[in-house]
Amino acid sequence: MSELDNWRALLSERAADEVVTKALVRDVRLPGGAGTMALITLDNGFDHTRPNTFGPHGLFALNGALSEIAERTDLAAVGVTGKPFVFAVGADLKGAAALRTREEALAVARLGHHVFRRLGELPIPSFAFVNGAAMGGGLEVALHCTYRTISSGVPAVALPECFLGLVPGWGGTQLLPRLIGPADAIKLIIENPLAQNRMTKGRQAYELGVADALFEPADFLEESLRWAAQVIGGEVVVERPEHDGWDKAVADARFLVDMKLRGAAPAPYRALDLIARARTATRDEGFAAEDEALADLLTGDELRAGLYAFDLVQRRAKQPAGAPDPALARKVGKVGIVGAGLMASQMALLFARRLEVPVVLTDVDQARIDKGVTYVRDEIGKLLAKGRLSRDQANRLTSLVTGSPSKDAFADADFVIEAVFEDLAVKKQVLAEVEAVVGPSCALATNTSSLSLTAMGAELARPERLVGFHFFNPVAVMPLLEIVAGAATDAATLATALAVGRTLKKSSVLVKDAPAFVVNRLLTRFMGEVVAAVDEGTPLETAEHALDGLGLPMTPFALLQLVGPAVGLHVARTLHEAFPERFGVSRNLAELVAAGKPGVYLPDLTLDAEAVALFAGGDRPSTAGQVRERVLAALAEEIRIMLDEGVVAAAQDIDLCMILGAGWPFHLGGITPYLDRSGIAQPRFLPPGVASVPA
Amino acid sequence: MPSSRDVVFVDGVRTPFGRSGPNGLYAETRADDLVVRVIRELIRRNPGLPPERVDEVAIAATTQIGDQGLTIGRSAAVLAGLPKSVPGYAVDRMCAGAMTAVTTVAGGIAFGAYDVAIAGGVEHMGRHPMGEGVDPNPRFLSEKLVDPSALVMGMTAENLHDRYPSITKERADTYAVLSQERAAKAYADGRIQPDLVPAAIRTAEKGWGLAVEDEAPRPGTTMEGLSALKTPFRPHGNVTAGNSSGINDGATGCVVAAGEVAGELGLAPKMRLVSYAFAGVDPEVMGVGPIPSTERALRLAGLDISDIGLFEINEAFAVQVLAFLQHFGIADDDPRVNPYGGAIAYGHPLASSGVRLMTQLARQFGERPGVRYGITTMCVGLGMGGTVIWENLA
Repeated sequence: MSELDNWRALLSERAADEVVTKALVRDVRLPGGAGTMALITLDNGFDHTRPNTFGPHGLFALNGALSEIAERTDLAAVGVTGKPFVFAVGADLKGAAALRTREEALAVARLGHHVFRRLGELPIPSFAFVNGAAMGGGLEVALHCTYRTISSGVPAVALPECFLGLVPGWGGTQLLPRLIGPADAIKLIIENPLAQNRMTKGRQAYELGVADALFEPADFLEESLRWAAQVIGGEVVVERPEHDGWDKAVADARFLVDMKLRGAAPAPYRALDLIARARTATRDEGFAAEDEALADLLTGDELRAGLYAFDLVQRRAKQPAGAPDPALARKVGKVGIVGAGLMASQMALLFARRLEVPVVLTDVDQARIDKGVTYVRDEIGKLLAKGRLSRDQANRLTSLVTGSPSKDAFADADFVIEAVFEDLAVKKQVLAEVEAVVGPSCALATNTSSLSLTAMGAELARPERLVGFHFFNPVAVMPLLEIVAGAATDAATLATALAVGRTLKKSSVLVKDAPAFVVNRLLTRFMGEVVAAVDEGTPLETAEHALDGLGLPMTPFALLQLVGPAVGLHVARTLHEAFPERFGVSRNLAELVAAGKPGVYLPDLTLDAEAVALFAGGDRPSTAGQVRERVLAALAEEIRIMLDEGVVAAAQDIDLCMILGAGWPFHLGGITPYLDRSGIAQPRFLPPGVASVPA
Repeated sequence: MPSSRDVVFVDGVRTPFGRSGPNGLYAETRADDLVVRVIRELIRRNPGLPPERVDEVAIAATTQIGDQGLTIGRSAAVLAGLPKSVPGYAVDRMCAGAMTAVTTVAGGIAFGAYDVAIAGGVEHMGRHPMGEGVDPNPRFLSEKLVDPSALVMGMTAENLHDRYPSITKERADTYAVLSQERAAKAYADGRIQPDLVPAAIRTAEKGWGLAVEDEAPRPGTTMEGLSALKTPFRPHGNVTAGNSSGINDGATGCVVAAGEVAGELGLAPKMRLVSYAFAGVDPEVMGVGPIPSTERALRLAGLDISDIGLFEINEAFAVQVLAFLQHFGIADDDPRVNPYGGAIAYGHPLASSGVRLMTQLARQFGERPGVRYGITTMCVGLGMGGTVIWENLA
């Protein structure tokens, strides 16, 4: 059996469900007598909402097309392009998740190389015409070609593998650095994926040298073919400059990756190693090293957690578990916001931008209202200056946001949210005042981060219209909304809140009315254990770095500083009242707040000795390992309790909340896949195979 | 012709013409995309013309719905990336749509309303079969305003054979063979290709391709072959698919400008507009339309038919060309008439054809600087003819 037959035998069962991207071949007579090009169109037969991907069958299809092309002697060139709006967006992730053994993983890696590299090794030149989104393996197809053109309309060019926990290992780590230089290659392969998977647009990709020519979308293919004919005819010569600076680029990137991950996720490090090798490795050596990296990563749990997390963010976030019928949602034509502080003003801007309806802010005095409205206008001005809004749009938004000292302005509002001081009595009073003014179908929402919704609604005439609508700070940036249903909240109100959340372009998770909901409860438990360890005598720096191996976005005390010790203390107290046996209140933390310190760090990010001294005095120090174990065990315990209490529908929702609300990383799958794979969760939260390599 | 300033034809291009139908070149290609391609090529070929200097985009289509609707002159201008400040509109005079787009913007230029305009036409007869969505007023027939045959173009061609009994099927077929031969020679001599703009084409089944040349010509057409064809419009009639233009898809466009502005921009105009005229005839013999329109245009220009050195006459049907020639005493095979062949070979995507005639005339002018005047003329459904007289600037 040939190598290909082996791979086919090994992979065909795993790829039974593959949506196959076909390689349609058509002869094109090039302009100017440049001869015939065999033009391959990649097309899976669906429209752009289901982009082209590569699984084993798609790779075999492309291989078949290339075999036929290779046998011909009448061709001047071969071209590859995509279906409308999409070039190809990489490997079939569903197929990747189905792989079980290293042998299978290695076969997929080698098969990809075997097929793609033919594009660069034919006796005739090859051209990729990147007409639409090109990601991962899709971009690698283009990189294997001799030349590339790209459309200025392409919205996304990226190698997102490191974001998921892979490397661009079908040639990307070897070809891209040589094409555009190591520093820019690292930007695409490592930096962008680690920066919330940032995408590059067609023009930027061209400017980076990923493509040799840029054409407008209106007649992209025609002009690309004309250009290809000119290249073949020698009228256009493409320069390929030599690149240097490899050692510095790789060293700089290693520093950056360490800062972000502290060694917690293997993929970016493997990618860096491969990029470093690309300077001297032969094609065979480089591709073989990619094969090994892919095989290792594909059979590692970090990638599986990444794929799981990606699916949560892409799918579960868009269809919240337990949501009522969306048809029940009421139309929102005007929004009221109680309070005109910073958070309320941020909300006002967001509501106005996304809902495009009038938004009224109220507060206790005109000065506060003016300050809030001025904040919104200033932010609109900044967006205008940056070109993110046109003058007309800015005028429209400005006219939408107004302030009023009287809640009477809410009379015709459909959705009123309060963002006043986090105090139950204050909030109850505010809601009662609002209810006295608004119509019967107006939804009342609270942005509380920790108070009981049921308690808050107890004295309302119609508590069924109260819903929790918990934003995270900064409101415009953080993607999560915890939508809280109280005991009385009815389906129409919940549906309305979810619809508003969707229009705000937030990902909503439905949460039961429980103290501090999901993200703050877990972060507070997490923080509480770390602070308790310090209170007991563990050196602050030891505790602070005990969890570095997880690659969380922030160390515990850095997080405390961001949130503000006073807020942290307040939430800790709320949770302590609810669950005194698991949530303590640190006296030292209270002293830190009393001392008016912004945290334990000075503005230059060094430790503030005075602040650290406030935590001194304990006599039962723990090791870093003990702190880590204690924190993780506490998280596992708390999550188990939350699931038992029905705070959310499933562990998946916990993970979604931690990914979107706390920025916890994909390689942990949020957190439960990590607790499962590290053996801390007993029993497991998720069955094997869901976010780990199938047994 | 009274005019305040000269109007010139600067440059014209077209997409290759395809055969309509599920296997045709443009089976799954949008009509507006073809227009976009033409506009962009005109801008690209005339770098002296800043896009913002285009004052109007007039695009004709007979069936103005779907991808030929939405005021196609404006929508195609936006899709082509012309500055949003450039306006556009849609034109319809059936087969003479693009010709009317040219004469209409020319009138505006002469009057001083525009300096430069793009005019053209499109017809995707595969996506929009002739007569799609029409709703003829019943009074046409109840009051006998037109003969029942008037709305079926093939029948009007048969009617023309009745009016000119000396034009036999054999003469028509002979003319058709000549048209195919001349088109094949023009292709072989490279006269057509320079003014074609290749168009990307895609089908779900075959993927992307490129249309680079006309699909309709049938080189090697013989009298024997033609004699075997059916006469679908009349039993034992004279009109066949072989001596008629086909059912086609394609788009054309040209840049028309005030002479002084073309000079200012450094453009190289190829022809000067001398006069134009449209005329009506009985709808059931619409093919004679070019005769009165040409007579009128000649009169307006103060010219005689003998002053005309080149004729580009649309070959909707061979009989209609022959009627025109017979009327003016010109031989069926006169070398001044359609020297590159005509619509019988290239096809006739209705509203687009007028500018194809002009583009071919301009190229012939370039080859023959000794010729001073030429005409483009065509018959139009519902009984009309249109004629434009041009002066050679080569």
